[in-house]
Amino acid sequence: MSDNVIVLAGGLSHERDVSLRSGRRVAQALRDTGHTVLEADVNASLIDTIASVDDPVVFPVLHGGAGEDGALRSVFDLLGVPYVGSTGPASRIAFDKAVATPVVAVRAAGFRTPRQSSLPHDMFRELGAANLIAALGDQIGFPMMVKPARSGSALGCAKVAGASELPAAIVAAFSYGEIAIVEEFIEGVEVAVSVIDLGDGPRALPAVEIQPRSGVYDYTARYTAGETRFVTPADLPADQADRCAELALAAHGALGLRDLSRTDMIVCDGEPVFLEVNVAPGMTDTSLLPLAIEASDASFADVCSALVTVARRRATGTGTA
Amino acid sequence: MSSLEPSRRDTRLDPYIDQYADRTGSMTVSAVRALFAVANRPEVVSLAGGMPNIADLPLADLGASFDDLVRTHGVQAMQYGSGQGELFMREKIVEVMAEEAIAANADDVVITCGSQQALDLVTRIFIDPGDVILAEAPSYVGAMGTFNAYQAQIHHVEMDDQGLVPEALRQAIVSLRAAGRAVKFLYTIPNFNNPTGITQPLERRREVLAVCQELGLVVVEDNPYGLLTIEGEPIDAMRSMDDQVIYLGSFSKTFAPGFRVGWVLAPHAVRERLTIAQEAAVLSPPVFSQFAITNYLENFDWRGQIDSFRGMYQARRDAMLEGLAAHMPPGTTWTTPNGGFFVWVTLPEGLDSQALLPRAVNERVAYVPGTAFYADGFGSRNMRLSYCFPTAERIYEGTRRLGKAIADELEMHATFGLGPDVARHTRNIGPAPDIS
Repeated sequence: MSDNVIVLAGGLSHERDVSLRSGRRVAQALRDTGHTVLEADVNASLIDTIASVDDPVVFPVLHGGAGEDGALRSVFDLLGVPYVGSTGPASRIAFDKAVATPVVAVRAAGFRTPRQSSLPHDMFRELGAANLIAALGDQIGFPMMVKPARSGSALGCAKVAGASELPAAIVAAFSYGEIAIVEEFIEGVEVAVSVIDLGDGPRALPAVEIQPRSGVYDYTARYTAGETRFVTPADLPADQADRCAELALAAHGALGLRDLSRTDMIVCDGEPVFLEVNVAPGMTDTSLLPLAIEASDASFADVCSALVTVARRRATGTGTA
Repeated sequence: MSSLEPSRRDTRLDPYIDQYADRTGSMTVSAVRALFAVANRPEVVSLAGGMPNIADLPLADLGASFDDLVRTHGVQAMQYGSGQGELFMREKIVEVMAEEAIAANADDVVITCGSQQALDLVTRIFIDPGDVILAEAPSYVGAMGTFNAYQAQIHHVEMDDQGLVPEALRQAIVSLRAAGRAVKFLYTIPNFNNPTGITQPLERRREVLAVCQELGLVVVEDNPYGLLTIEGEPIDAMRSMDDQVIYLGSFSKTFAPGFRVGWVLAPHAVRERLTIAQEAAVLSPPVFSQFAITNYLENFDWRGQIDSFRGMYQARRDAMLEGLAAHMPPGTTWTTPNGGFFVWVTLPEGLDSQALLPRAVNERVAYVPGTAFYADGFGSRNMRLSYCFPTAERIYEGTRRLGKAIADELEMHATFGLGPDVARHTRNIGPAPDIS
């Protein structure tokens, strides 16, 4: 059986830099475990590149844009190329916070999701921004979070304390995409729970508790080593830690995800509240999924390798995944 | 694989986080810096970087001459050299500086690893933490990075369309000293200031020098672009009028930046300290590069090459100015440089160039937000556009894309009733992008 893997990183999204760093780390991990790795970017030669490799598995490590919204994964399905991670349709739902949150609210019954409203920019233009902004304040309340519906790494996100700040925050979110979401701000312990499925069913890795030095887990806090303290497993009572794991598994299942995902949540009054799920979790030196793997006394390289094996078996019909 | 049963780990992923020097406090990742990773993609018209276009250099002939250099002088060229730089290189630099009316002695030249390292050495020998450096408002982001690394306080001095305003300079020096501050030097880019493209006319240079002479302030003149004057001849350097000026020069724009050769011309006593500082920093500047550049200056028509560069950059500047005139929404203004690499754009009131950047990247165009060029948070309505690297056609297309992004942002502001006084949420910008 071929050991060829194409690690796909970069792309044209705002998170290109993070993706390139994630990709290099995954590629090294796969080389360390004996795979033959080709690192590729998303460009006009990609399909030729894939065609030039004998029996490859694609490991997409693309954050944002076409890499995470399912578009490229649908192309891999079209080409019959096996790949690590969720399908195109599932990724499309999970990547869009305006869709994923309601889906989790309905399908993962028993777990809390934030009050949320999602609005495209032309809605404000056509109906008048002032009325909608007033309604958002009334329905969601302050403080609130404003985010682009389809973005990651906290880019374009802002905590809004009062009505006067809301228009500028929404405009900033629209700089990243055409739909902004406004949701209630959840105060509590910030936690990320990764789920991996190495062929024997999805299981939750220990929760990573996130304590940014600045108090805000923004882009700088995410990608500057030393700016954030990570506690793994999170310093939570056992019952709360169990609920976090259950929420991550429930979200993973509700959205029809496979292989790997990471669910971000806030533990508020002892109960986890869903924030978002990532189908292409960060794999950088400061990312949460690798931390969770290492805290499990497992090897990041072994997990990456196992994910490739799962994808290959799925394609050849020799596995259970 | 091992068990997935956990054992608690508590980490900040950097065991040295509490041991770094205070001056590294701002050395963090930023979202703005990360966006420049996208700017490198070919789909994006990058009007952000300050890379010179060196594709027109006679590469085949240069290659042959380097072969010859290795054969004839390889042992010397690949050996350590003088901390001050090789005499043959310094003599050639004196010839180059004469093009801008500078009369100098090769003994007073110190070779550096690009003029960026010249900035580092000058700052190193003059600045204690908390000392004040005066700089144009706005000024070169790379210089401010160096000044910050030495924990200097940067105080910006007002500019008009002729550069530094002498009276503002005088007031700044007097008031800062009255407040007990140690004002160490004025850092100025009189030719085609980076980022504004503004040039100080001869008379303004005299006025600025007069203020500094009267008040006893050292002048550091940074002149990477002077020979790239588009129309007319280069204006005489400030150093040509006052031999106490510390002058920084570079081959990065007139030849090629990869050699990393720049220089400082300084009064004797200053030069002595610079040399010792240089030895402590790098032992000796790159000897091979000095051989290569000297060879180029001796055997190639470097003046003709600069003329060629001037024509090429003129076409690109014109494409940018035409594109801006065609595509910028009303309320947008910009400078008209007569050389150098940059145009400074002022956005319509209320717009923020950092907030606009992701929208611009969506439109596949990139620039450097104006705040990068201020130490004090100003510049949010400004952006620096470079016309040095993309082709004229791409530059024109870039301005079209930028015009659309600005127009869309203006429409968004109109929809939300955002005016200049509306509260903006705080964005974590991080340090300025390290783009020359």
